[in-house]
Amino acid sequence: MPTLFQQIQAGTLWDFHGGIHPPVRKSQTSSKPVAQLPLPDRLYLPLRQHIGVAGRLIVAVGQRVLKGEALTSADNSMTVPVHAPTSGVIHSISQHTSAHPSALPEPVIVLVPDGKDEWRERRPLNIATSSRHQILERIQDSGIAGMGGAGFPTHLKAGMQQPVDYLIINAVECEPYISADDALMQEAPTTIVKGIDILCQLLNPKAVLIGIEADKPIAIAALKAACSQREHYYVREVPVKYPSGGEKQLIQLLTNKEVPAGRRPADIGIVMQNVGTAFAIAQAVLDDQPLISRIVTVTGETLRQPQNVLALLGTPVSALLDFCGFQSEAQQKVIMGGPMMGFTLPDLAVPIVKTTNCILAPTRDELPDNGPELDCIRCGQCADACPATLLPQQLLWYSKARDPVKLQEYNLFDCIECGACAYVCPSEIPLVQYYRVAKAEIREQQREALKAEQAKARFEARNARLEQEKQQRLARNQQLAAARQQAQPNENQAVAEALARVKAQQAEKAALQATDSAKDHQQILAERELKKQQAREYQAQKQAAAAASVADRTPASTSDSSLDNKAAAVAAAIARAKARQADADSSPTVEQTSAAEPTTPEAADPRQAAVAAALARAKARQAGQTNSTMAEPSAIAAEPEQQDPRQAAIAAALARAKAKQSVTATVETTVTEPVAADAVAMQEDPRKAAIAAALARAKAKQSATPAQETAIVKPAAADIAVTTAQQSLAPDTGIQPDTAGNDDPRKAAVAAALARAKARKAQQSTEHQTTEQQLSEQRDSEESKTE
Amino acid sequence: MSFKIASSPHHHNQRTTSSLMQWVALAALPGIAVQAVFFGYGVLVQLLLAICTAWLCEALILRLRQKAVLPRLLDHSALVTAVLLAIAIPPYAPWWLIVIGTAFAIVMVKQLYGGLGNNLFNPAMAAYVMLLISFPVQMTQWLPSVSLQPVALSPLDAFCMVFTEYSCSGFSLSQLQQGVDGSTQATPLDSLRQDLAAGMTLAESLQRPVFYSFAGAGWLWVNLAYLLGGLLLIQQKVISWRIPAAVLAGLAVPSLLFWLGSAGASPSPLFHLFSGATMLAAFFIATDPVSASTTDKGRLWYGALIGLLVYLIRSYGGYPDAFAFAVLLANMSVPLIDYYTRPRTYGHKAKRNLK
Repeated sequence: MPTLFQQIQAGTLWDFHGGIHPPVRKSQTSSKPVAQLPLPDRLYLPLRQHIGVAGRLIVAVGQRVLKGEALTSADNSMTVPVHAPTSGVIHSISQHTSAHPSALPEPVIVLVPDGKDEWRERRPLNIATSSRHQILERIQDSGIAGMGGAGFPTHLKAGMQQPVDYLIINAVECEPYISADDALMQEAPTTIVKGIDILCQLLNPKAVLIGIEADKPIAIAALKAACSQREHYYVREVPVKYPSGGEKQLIQLLTNKEVPAGRRPADIGIVMQNVGTAFAIAQAVLDDQPLISRIVTVTGETLRQPQNVLALLGTPVSALLDFCGFQSEAQQKVIMGGPMMGFTLPDLAVPIVKTTNCILAPTRDELPDNGPELDCIRCGQCADACPATLLPQQLLWYSKARDPVKLQEYNLFDCIECGACAYVCPSEIPLVQYYRVAKAEIREQQREALKAEQAKARFEARNARLEQEKQQRLARNQQLAAARQQAQPNENQAVAEALARVKAQQAEKAALQATDSAKDHQQILAERELKKQQAREYQAQKQAAAAASVADRTPASTSDSSLDNKAAAVAAAIARAKARQADADSSPTVEQTSAAEPTTPEAADPRQAAVAAALARAKARQAGQTNSTMAEPSAIAAEPEQQDPRQAAIAAALARAKAKQSVTATVETTVTEPVAADAVAMQEDPRKAAIAAALARAKAKQSATPAQETAIVKPAAADIAVTTAQQSLAPDTGIQPDTAGNDDPRKAAVAAALARAKARKAQQSTEHQTTEQQLSEQRDSEESKTE
Repeated sequence: MSFKIASSPHHHNQRTTSSLMQWVALAALPGIAVQAVFFGYGVLVQLLLAICTAWLCEALILRLRQKAVLPRLLDHSALVTAVLLAIAIPPYAPWWLIVIGTAFAIVMVKQLYGGLGNNLFNPAMAAYVMLLISFPVQMTQWLPSVSLQPVALSPLDAFCMVFTEYSCSGFSLSQLQQGVDGSTQATPLDSLRQDLAAGMTLAESLQRPVFYSFAGAGWLWVNLAYLLGGLLLIQQKVISWRIPAAVLAGLAVPSLLFWLGSAGASPSPLFHLFSGATMLAAFFIATDPVSASTTDKGRLWYGALIGLLVYLIRSYGGYPDAFAFAVLLANMSVPLIDYYTRPRTYGHKAKRNLK
């Protein structure tokens, strides 16, 4: 019994199950020389033309590239670059219909050839002195991917580490119409053999088996001649049968081995390369010509000159068809690939890619459309034709039933989609299409299941982590507790301290509550005190005024300067308030104020003024928070016109708000003040009060001019007093009303503070609106600025 | 311009169900012709009736099922069912027999199961069994071959017989069945059964006029004609060789064993192969794709089962011929056979058939 290797050496061929014999129709192209296609106007180079991931783009739009220059770079092993097929300028990088059954748009580099066809520098390798790594790198950098149809990166297959028994060169080309490999073998057998030599150097196989279908006598003779010097290169004629060019089928034909399901040929010591790939390897290594063109069979009865053409990658299909005299008919089908496994193109702008071996434009009589799909009659012809020994009619049944379990039990995924079953099906059922859909559905389900599983794993990991953390926390707490237990006395002390802290807090809280309830009462007291103080002030003023009128501004008045100053300060405050009120005159609400003013007694004026002044200051401070330029209250009064429109708007808003406040304040005072004034008047001599009021009026009139002068100096002092008073706030005045009464400026300040507190309460609602208005106005102006 | 989008493959061998069915019907023609010559023109009348009924029923039920009528009529599956049933029943059986049978085959056995491709049973055989059980007298009134018939029947007589149950000259079927000696002539298979049961030897029984050489007079030629048609179908790859070969082997092997074991008490394998409906059933009926097994190995088992059942029923059963029963019993076994005879897929180890 001869060994398998002996049998193979002796030229034994085996057979695979099934297969069909469609008319081959290759003679119309196989006997003609390969034509050179003229340079197209544009080349569309998809970034990814192989199985794997696209390379990284390394050219920019507008950049000029030379022929053979890499346009993408391969930064991982599953990537091969694409190259400029000719010199030219990168026009754009855009989306373009893909050379894929889905015809989904994919990113392409659009290259406009400049017609010079100028090469980049080329560095051929000397294979005798090059390392294995260098050669593999060259193969990858030259962008070579399996040219038989799958487009698997060649350097991965050629760089296989497993021991290789047989290198099989697939030159079968079993699909009808296609003769691209045939033409290549006829024209360049020696280059192909050189490519095989390189592969042998990389893989070191026991034997090289070159499988060619028996209907290519010229190619067989050419390759046999080219291989005559090689000892263990065997050219094998395989019988004409579709799909003997399928990887698994050819392996079975030539070696009687089967690739186990789910494994690769390398697992049984076999590497298969397409004959075109071998040619490309030789070109890349020996000439440093990357994969930038390929032979494409352009055929079909709608063409006047069906032939093989050498097309640059990226050439649109339309250029090839036009070159061969394409005359389309109604409902024309244009197929990329052969009639059995090719796919129809939705338009002719689709580019030629590394795996394109044929463009088929048949007439309707030549390849008639399928008739209506009828019911399966279980004739079993599909099973007879299946090269994978599947049961297609069972698969159809379960595909229709969407039964993934049964489909996998019947090995759906071993279907190579060769189309033999659909070719023989008497009911014209598009079986392959059913299987594709079923496969896609199962893959989708598996993806979903995987996702769910991963999510579950993540969830469980998270739960485990949380549980672990919980345990750790527990352990730590227990440790700490143990530590505390050891230091028992300290703990008691800590507890006592904590208890003390709690008690202190409670006491504080109670005190606060008490002060809160006392507040209202204290306020009333403070007000009363204020009024008393003011009455005293007026008396002093009256005396001072009398002295002044007598002495007619004699130095005697300077002795009372401290008192005078105080009066001047009050007067200044009044003046400021009035000025501000006058400022706000433009707003309609002020009319109400002015209308209300006459009804208020004159005596209330200073107080009112103080209140108004305090309000204005508080207002100004608030405004200062939003706008730093408004920090100085006098600025509002002094320079309203100079301020920019925004500030003016804010000022107006402030004025409006203030006016509103003053209205409420006025109302309040009209209600409460007369009583207070009466109370004051009752306590003091009514006549004195009347005199004081008259005096105050006179004083106000008199000091109008000096007051204005001092007003500029004094407000600062008054303001400081007010701020300090504000800091100490109501409780202070409440607790110590008598001491407040002793010192005039302090009393004034307290009064002002009280007034402000009141005013703030009254303000709260209106103020909110005003700040909003301010902000919106600010926003508006900013927007107009950015515009 | 827009281009037509289609999924691969874009090529088809242009052999449709319709052409397969046409081939089956055409291949049956030699057998039908020989049958007409040896057993009278009644078979042609039956064919006419059966085909018309089948088409009518098919069209009607397709309409009711709201399916496109014409494409399915043109698949010729109804035609083949009609032809097979018409050949199988006695040529001068009354007209309503074939009409009921064909309607039952098309409506009940085929369409009610979901139409072509979905029927579990061979429609012609199911109808045959139904008729045999319901109308045993009419279904067994076979005339002897023409040479043994007391009165020659013209084509017109055939019409009269089928539609009126009397020939134009007024003979009834039972009268025509009688031999020259006035005894009723059974079919060869029947005669042999009865003779052997009566203790006669094989050689003695074969002396009867219904026999010619080793087989029944006329039946030998009819079987040869169907064999010819069957071989044509295999040559045209309309049917696979496996089922007919297995049927014939399944019948021949046991009969050979018994013939050798009890010489004189059992008929020879050749008698079995060329009597009754053997060739018709092996090549035309058992090979009905819808109800037969679909795997290569399964087809062998299926065929062998039919052959064996035929032998057993012929030898020990209550009916003279047994193909209808054998085929129906085998039809029932098909899902089981298919399940256990799945081929080993490329790249998979031979296992997991039992799971």
